[in-house]
Amino acid sequence: MDFVGAYSAENLKFLMEGLYITLFVAFVAIILSFLLGCILGVTRYTNIPVLSQISFVFVEIIRNLPLLLLIFFMRFALPEVGIKLGPVAAAITALTIFEGAMISEIVRAGLASVDKGQIEAARSSGLTSVQTLWHIVLPQGLRRMVPPLVSQFISLLKDTSLGVVISLAELMHNAGIIIGHGFNYTIPTLLLVALIYFTVNYLLSLLSKRLEAKNA
Amino acid sequence: MKKSWKLLSAMMIVMLLILAGCGNDSNNAGSNASAGESGSDGVATIKERGKLLVGVKYDTKLFGLKDPSSGNVEGFDIDISKAIAKHILGDENAIELKEVTSKTRIPMLNNGEIDMVVATMTITEERKKEVDFSDVYFQAGQSLLVKKGSPIKGIDDITKDSTVLGSKGSTSVKNIKEKVPGVTVLEFDNYQDAFNALKTGKGDALTTDDAILYGMAAQDPNYEVVGEPFTDEPYGIAVQKGNSAVVKAINDTLAELKSSGEYDKIYEKWIGKAPAK
Amino acid sequence: MQFSILTDYFGTYMEGFRGTVLSSLLALVGSFLLGTLIAVFRISAVRALRWFGTGYTEFIRNIPLLLVVYIFYYGPSAFGSSLDGFTAGTIGLAVYTSAFIAEAIRAGIAAVPKGQTEAARSSGLTYVQTMTHVVLPQAIKLVIPPLGNQFINLIKNSSVLTIVAGLDLMYFADIVNSDTFRTFDTYVFVALFYLVLTLPLSYGMRVWERRLQRKY
Repeated sequence: MDFVGAYSAENLKFLMEGLYITLFVAFVAIILSFLLGCILGVTRYTNIPVLSQISFVFVEIIRNLPLLLLIFFMRFALPEVGIKLGPVAAAITALTIFEGAMISEIVRAGLASVDKGQIEAARSSGLTSVQTLWHIVLPQGLRRMVPPLVSQFISLLKDTSLGVVISLAELMHNAGIIIGHGFNYTIPTLLLVALIYFTVNYLLSLLSKRLEAKNA
Repeated sequence: MKKSWKLLSAMMIVMLLILAGCGNDSNNAGSNASAGESGSDGVATIKERGKLLVGVKYDTKLFGLKDPSSGNVEGFDIDISKAIAKHILGDENAIELKEVTSKTRIPMLNNGEIDMVVATMTITEERKKEVDFSDVYFQAGQSLLVKKGSPIKGIDDITKDSTVLGSKGSTSVKNIKEKVPGVTVLEFDNYQDAFNALKTGKGDALTTDDAILYGMAAQDPNYEVVGEPFTDEPYGIAVQKGNSAVVKAINDTLAELKSSGEYDKIYEKWIGKAPAK
Repeated sequence: MQFSILTDYFGTYMEGFRGTVLSSLLALVGSFLLGTLIAVFRISAVRALRWFGTGYTEFIRNIPLLLVVYIFYYGPSAFGSSLDGFTAGTIGLAVYTSAFIAEAIRAGIAAVPKGQTEAARSSGLTYVQTMTHVVLPQAIKLVIPPLGNQFINLIKNSSVLTIVAGLDLMYFADIVNSDTFRTFDTYVFVALFYLVLTLPLSYGMRVWERRLQRKY
């Protein structure tokens, strides 16, 4: 094991470049997948005919497929039907669709957990169904969604590592290149990368605990 | 709920049928379009863009290797690509490199993401159905890389009990299966992973073109190339099918390089000896 | 779409299908045993065990699966031994999933009223007897839905085996693709193989969850 060689300044800088791509892809995908998840989840919750069924079929198919397959598909299969995406765009698209489907379930369950009595009370006191959703159901549901949402976001961040199959220049990909450059860089590099992922995700989960405490 | 599930199965079948239709249409459309747009003015497209997009390996020492400290990709394939850029655009730096692997280079070329593949790619009849090739720009042959002191001294020592490592989508994997029926072959996404696997004892030998193997042996002196090459692997530069103008530009460049002696210089710089005449 | 790919390469797909099923089943058993052990550690009276259990789950849950698999694939060579892609991948899957299962079981155990444990202990049962006869049987009923979801995740996650040449469905799909050059068709078919496994399971999980809700 060659810790000194593996942790040279150039290698550390190269890992940081990878981390930057990891964080960028994760950040964009978190925002987009949350939006998609909300749209699909609210559609399912409100039972809008046809739309609700379509989102059900979409969610069921997507969340039952491996993300690795979706990432590869977005990058290398879609061009055969005329849609061309680069590594970053393909990774973001696959993550958004996959995690969006997962998040829609969290959103639906969160909304469904709001007490039915409150909804009836709101409706009978003259609020429209949209008003009820916006003022009564969403605020309460959202609070309950925070813990599962954060663990989903952590999953998303970890899942960016699957970008290696499309040569996305993220943290794991760059780690692989460094490992190949030395005789005994494997374990030192993997340990360091594990520590980087752990730190980033741990900070994310601490942030969410803060958020929960504030909301409670 | 029950209804939804019935609907799900029904819709999946419908989707499949639609996909079946889509697939056919688009495939036809795709091949027509690429033939049309790149037929004679492939070179004009490159000139208009002012930049040559080339797919190269990032993990293959001597041919295309990304250096983490400088961030540059360097190798024989890169120097050849620069010469082509200079020929077409008059500037060897008017070039953008994109990372390909054996598995991804044909899809990326056919998607139009890159103008050409200069990535240790053997010219085969099978691949000629998918892409067009330039003249041979490097003559390689398949060989074996083993740990020093290994009982394997050449292809004859590979038996059906051996485990051989290779790269997904490479010709060498197909060749070894034909040479030694029943041999266990493990295929990886790129050569870096395959070499890492050999180093950690996942197989008895790594097989691919000798030129790539010499690069690995240069990276780690505990490994050596054994035996004479047992196949011919003529490397060609691949372009989209029907793109004859670009093929001509590449062949002109190669001819120029050879007559000016520049080719020999590039060859010696990376391979360490003069090319066999 | 070329359906001939499916028929011509059916044997190749099936070889991968078997690999995926076998790896997922082995990893399920392994992760369940390991996860239970870690969960028991986490609620143990011995502080060192509690720390270990918490450290284990926190660390594993915050690093990517691919990294865990790499550690088992490349790691042993530093100690002069070696695991093949299938074995390293399956162990990596089991270790990764065990952290999530430990968390689910811990939550399940926490849901069993404290009074029962105290009653069992005061009526003379040892700690281990209390666990195996009183607490765990009740907890397991509560953790079956999250366990089922973990199994579906396992099947999907087993696709990372392809990166270490682990002879799973994705690995053989890559091989079919390098023969056919028809990326779109090849991977749509492989998606069907995954759905054959995951869709019935996910339907089963929903039925089970609804039954459980009705009971309480």
